[in-house]
Amino acid sequence: MKKRFPTLRALAFGAAAFLTPLAALASGGEKEGKLVHVADTRHLSGFNLYIADLYNTNRLLFTLECIAITALMGLCLGLLMDWIVAAIGLDLSKHEGQE
Amino acid sequence: MHDLLSITLPISGVSINPLLLVLLGVAVGVLGGFFGMGGAWMVTPALNIFGFPMPFAVGTDLCHMAGKSIISTRRHAKFGNVDAKLGLAMLAFDVVGIECGARLVMYLERLGLAGPVIRWVYVVFLFLIGLLVFYDYFKKRSLEKSAAAGSAPAGSAVRWHETLHKIKIPPIVRFNVAQVECSLWLPAGVGFLVGFLAGLLGIGGGLLMMPALVYMIGCPTYVAVGTDLFTVMLAGFYGAFTYGMKGRIELLAVIIMLLGAAPGAQVGTIATKYIRGYGIRLMFGCTVFFAMISVILKQLKLNTAASWVVMTAVTAMTLVVIVGMVKGAAKELRARRALR
Repeated sequence: MKKRFPTLRALAFGAAAFLTPLAALASGGEKEGKLVHVADTRHLSGFNLYIADLYNTNRLLFTLECIAITALMGLCLGLLMDWIVAAIGLDLSKHEGQE
Repeated sequence: MHDLLSITLPISGVSINPLLLVLLGVAVGVLGGFFGMGGAWMVTPALNIFGFPMPFAVGTDLCHMAGKSIISTRRHAKFGNVDAKLGLAMLAFDVVGIECGARLVMYLERLGLAGPVIRWVYVVFLFLIGLLVFYDYFKKRSLEKSAAAGSAPAGSAVRWHETLHKIKIPPIVRFNVAQVECSLWLPAGVGFLVGFLAGLLGIGGGLLMMPALVYMIGCPTYVAVGTDLFTVMLAGFYGAFTYGMKGRIELLAVIIMLLGAAPGAQVGTIATKYIRGYGIRLMFGCTVFFAMISVILKQLKLNTAASWVVMTAVTAMTLVVIVGMVKGAAKELRARRALR
């Protein structure tokens, strides 16, 4: 028995490694994605127009704004939620979990 | 999916009901905070099912995950569940891995194979992870039952980390919060592997990092959850940067999802206070299998069935976590009142 398991395991991994890409290729694939994507700004206004314009004209600034807005929202919403949970009266200072 | 409430997102041009994004944010916040992950493995297929092209689903996912993980990581850090030293040791190599994975995605996109290849790799990994978690859970239970003295064996039933800790390539480092001492190359290697798969699959790595921390590094479940969220947060920001530069982030969708994820993340994180570590692992295994089924259905072009599986599983698990949190919180509040 001891000898059989490593062989079976090796066979299973080998089959998975061989069959996975084959299955993906056999599925035919999807329509080729656009290499350069341009946002359509014709019907946009306000914040959406600003973001789409930034996306089309300055990719680095767009990326930095995405990161800054995400981080700021995470921090602000986190503080707000902390305040709400503390108001309920739960002790959030310790964690006595068991395995 | 298209109705009067639908909005058209400015960059990808996808039409979607924002309520769906908020609900997805809530669910992913609850489950992410509870299991210690970004939850992108749920968001990527869900966004893809909602009509986002796969690279946009991946980029939007990573960006949203970074913001949401800030909320959960802050909470876990206050609980003392974050081993920042271990997280940083893994992160440097995690980032290199993410970049390699992201470049492979762009190459597959040029070939028109991004969707199917990502989905099949997903299926294989979800299956293996689910299998490992269930095996560990049931082995642990049988060990507990057979322990005549009634004291359960400590730690995981699967003990790969003990073998991996025998690798003594210097420098040997002590991680105090995780209570682990091992070669620095172990977390570095695990970080690279997790990062590569994360970049390829469009996930922050939490889905892979959580079991890797438990089974390969040897962390207790709670420290794995907290440390995982810490690395997911930083990796998510790097992922957001690289996908932003490649023009595959839909910022408005990120903002809408974060509105739902904020309360969800708080609920999920607090729920870990009231549910046992192995309970978390069992629910994690169930969720992983549901995710795998949905991805298979999607690959078989059964999109409606895939949506139902994702939505039903995520809703059911979210409700279980919320009920667990509410019950635990009510018990704690009652005990406090009784003490006054």
